[in-house]
Amino acid sequence: MHNLTIAELIKGLQSKEFSSVELTQHFLNRIGSLNPAYNAVITVTAEQALKAAAEADIRLAAGNAPALCGVPILHKDIFCTNGVRTSCGSKMLDNFIPPYNATVVENFEQAGAVVLGKTNMDEFAMGSSNETSFYGPVKNPWATDCVPGGSSGGSAAAVAARLAPGATATDTGGSIRQPAALCGISGIKPTYGRVSRWGMVAFASSLDQGGPMARTAEDCALLLNCMASYDDKDSTCIDREVPDYTATLDGSVKGLRIGVPKEYFSEGLDAGIEEAVRAALANLEAQGAELVEISLPNSGLSVPAYYVIAPAEASANLSRFDGSRYGYRCEDPKDLLDMYSRSRSEGFGKEVQRRILIGTYCLSAGYYDAYYGKAQQVRKLIQQDFDRAFESVDLIMGPTCPSPAFKFGAKSDDPVAMYLEDIYTVATNLAGLPGMSIPCGMADNKPVGLQIIGNYFDEARMLNVAHQYQQATDWHDLAPEGVAS
Amino acid sequence: MSWDTVIGLEIHVQLATKTKIFSGASTAYGAEPNTQACAIDLAMPGTLPVLNKQAVNYAIMFGLAVDAEIGQVSAFERKNYFYPDSPKGYQTTQLERPIVGRGNVEIQLADGSTKNVRIHHAHLEEDAGKSLHEGNFNSNFSGIDLNRAGTPLIEIVSEPDMCNAEEAVAFARKIHGIVTSLGICDGEMSQGSMRFDVNVSVKPSGSETLGIRTETKNLNSYKFMEEAIKREVERQIDVIEDGGTIAQETRLYNGDTKVARSMRSKEEANDYRYFPCPDLLPVVVSDEEVAELRRNLPELPDARQARFVEQYSLSDYDAAILSSDAAMAKYFEAVTSACNNAKLAANWTMGELSARLNNEDLSIANSPVSAAQLGGLVTRIADNSISGKMAKEVFDGIWAGEGSADEIIEARGLKQVSDSGALEQMVADVLTANQAMVDDYINTDEAKRKKKLGGFMGKIMQASKGQANPQQVNQILAQKLNELL
Repeated sequence: MHNLTIAELIKGLQSKEFSSVELTQHFLNRIGSLNPAYNAVITVTAEQALKAAAEADIRLAAGNAPALCGVPILHKDIFCTNGVRTSCGSKMLDNFIPPYNATVVENFEQAGAVVLGKTNMDEFAMGSSNETSFYGPVKNPWATDCVPGGSSGGSAAAVAARLAPGATATDTGGSIRQPAALCGISGIKPTYGRVSRWGMVAFASSLDQGGPMARTAEDCALLLNCMASYDDKDSTCIDREVPDYTATLDGSVKGLRIGVPKEYFSEGLDAGIEEAVRAALANLEAQGAELVEISLPNSGLSVPAYYVIAPAEASANLSRFDGSRYGYRCEDPKDLLDMYSRSRSEGFGKEVQRRILIGTYCLSAGYYDAYYGKAQQVRKLIQQDFDRAFESVDLIMGPTCPSPAFKFGAKSDDPVAMYLEDIYTVATNLAGLPGMSIPCGMADNKPVGLQIIGNYFDEARMLNVAHQYQQATDWHDLAPEGVAS
Repeated sequence: MSWDTVIGLEIHVQLATKTKIFSGASTAYGAEPNTQACAIDLAMPGTLPVLNKQAVNYAIMFGLAVDAEIGQVSAFERKNYFYPDSPKGYQTTQLERPIVGRGNVEIQLADGSTKNVRIHHAHLEEDAGKSLHEGNFNSNFSGIDLNRAGTPLIEIVSEPDMCNAEEAVAFARKIHGIVTSLGICDGEMSQGSMRFDVNVSVKPSGSETLGIRTETKNLNSYKFMEEAIKREVERQIDVIEDGGTIAQETRLYNGDTKVARSMRSKEEANDYRYFPCPDLLPVVVSDEEVAELRRNLPELPDARQARFVEQYSLSDYDAAILSSDAAMAKYFEAVTSACNNAKLAANWTMGELSARLNNEDLSIANSPVSAAQLGGLVTRIADNSISGKMAKEVFDGIWAGEGSADEIIEARGLKQVSDSGALEQMVADVLTANQAMVDDYINTDEAKRKKKLGGFMGKIMQASKGQANPQQVNQILAQKLNELL
């Protein structure tokens, strides 16, 4: 059952080939036996899952159940789940049990999806390797001595290891696309404002966006149908109808203009990755798409701008974790200042503290204009690059990340090397554009991701092209050793 | 050497919205601690602010009332600082683009002159919670009450246009009158609905250069503000005349001990690291919305003052005092309509009633004497049923809850005797009983006889238990004594 896609599981559930309880128990068993090797899931909610599955079976029996009714999923531990610990991968929130659901969680609950548990992640979504989690690193199912990417490494590894057919994730600078690429699965970061941020623990509010991960583009479309919604609890959520993303999957790519930014194929790109991505582009060209070389001249500025804006926002967003109302508080604080400084020093890991310091510095009197102000100007320029590009092309494609999954520890002592993992992904967050990664080959026996960048609210077209590519290729069907059996 | 004082005010006005500026929690005053703080007010992870439109409308109404520019696009910033009553670790406020721009307010001074005070701007922001350092907490802990956290405020910032405490108080009263007339604030200063920060500096008379200013924060009554200004001006002059210099600092004034102390110096001032709040979109206000609010503006103090002069023939000064406060104006008009005597209604409202309310620290809204009751009392004064002296006694009775003026006059037998037959008998009896005084009167020089009348009046009023109509007694007594000459 774990080798079926969500689309296939829905058919099986609705035709009563198997029940949701059977399906749920199957995935719970897999998590029980396989997760210790990957550390992808940090909270398993077996009891609630089986109860929800039983309820889903009743709805399925009654007919007219929503598409995802009875389908098991995992939530990234950044989404607040009522009554279930939401740690955000941090010691700071190790004891935090929210009394409310994130809107994303609520949407899946309404649809009757079954939540198996919560996935591991980089602490407060800050990281590209999942090595910053308080709960220990996630292992890449394709090579357990390698990172799964981050910050949604737990969700990506869980889907790749088929511990769940799909999972929620979030992307602030590449946190859906990069781990999807490194783990050989599909993932889409929608347009900023498409998915509600209510109940999603904030990292950098103007960049954070939730999205789904699954093995196929079609499954991503099914999940996004449920995940995307207008929510008046999030002021930045956009009131715009959610199309049925599955309805347009079958359209032809003939005549589609695909922009290929020359800056995404320059120095620093792994040769194996370039080869796989070029081959994928050729495949689409063969299907009738037109490849157009474009330029995004300010691409080189996106990582520096991102690593000012994201930490600046994070420095304020994380101020609420002060030990006074919830979360970690140090032992025997001797006064207020001691409570603040020790709770935060002991509760936050190194990378989180580094980013809080960077952000605080960038916003400080005398530095604001040079850093934060400048970064906002660069952000505008990057947006303009994309606006100009989309005047002549429908989609933009290139590699998701510069190299395949790397070994644990390879970059963890060199923050700048780690930050360069995001070189192809952060620009879309800065511009608020949707971005996607789908598997398109192997390099060094590890998966390669093809990145698809769309215009605002053009997710349907991205999913359509991704689906058409997956109809013609089988990279998305490959499973790491020992996973498919 | 003589000195000029320069004063600017920052006034925090709590807006009378039912719910908070960024959450749906109630703003009602006086609830049990933390019963009116929802997940957003507690800054729980993943929660997001949604702007209360009513707060925006109230701010615009204030702007229109002071003839200010209304910001068509205003925006919120985060002001970062750690304190337990600031649960997010930042205050959401406006800095670069406030909702209300430059405006003007005319104040009336006791000598009848007027003066223009310029408004620099007014911005929307959220109130903080309260730290409780007493009560049921042992010495190692402080309590936090977040009921007030998130209450909408406008902070009104004046230009330094005032040059003494009287002007500052007149300005503060004028703002109080405007916001209560608009109905955007309940004006209850004892509950913190209006709080004043006073910026004070001194400079040699006539000098163009401003002196170094201090800011005295959080004054919550006109009396404290007046005292604090006077003391601060004296202190600054003393320091300079003793050869010292004024330190730019923030000070706190304790109204009970009448002592001010330095809270923090400029060097210790926080770097608030303001930056645009990414969770809130800029507030866009259309011309139509502003026009609609302008059309529906209620009567403002200046217009009301003119109407009082016109409609009730009050002096400018009386009209200014009665119209300055919306509740007072409403009260006065209710008294007048109950007694049909505006002059007496004005005297009693501004005189006995206001004095008593001040003494007992009550607002007119909480007056134990209703407007109808005071109207009933004034009616009996006007128709000569009771003397002015008795009226005070009746007023005390109403204040104490003994009932209406008529009921108290009846119960205490205070009705003035104006029956001329009865009064003639009373005078005749007193003259008979005091033959020696009568003889003395007769034997006194004509020029000095008038002075002797007082003695008889006393005896007669005593005999009548104060109920005799004094004007009539005077007449009868003079007539009867003349007959004896």
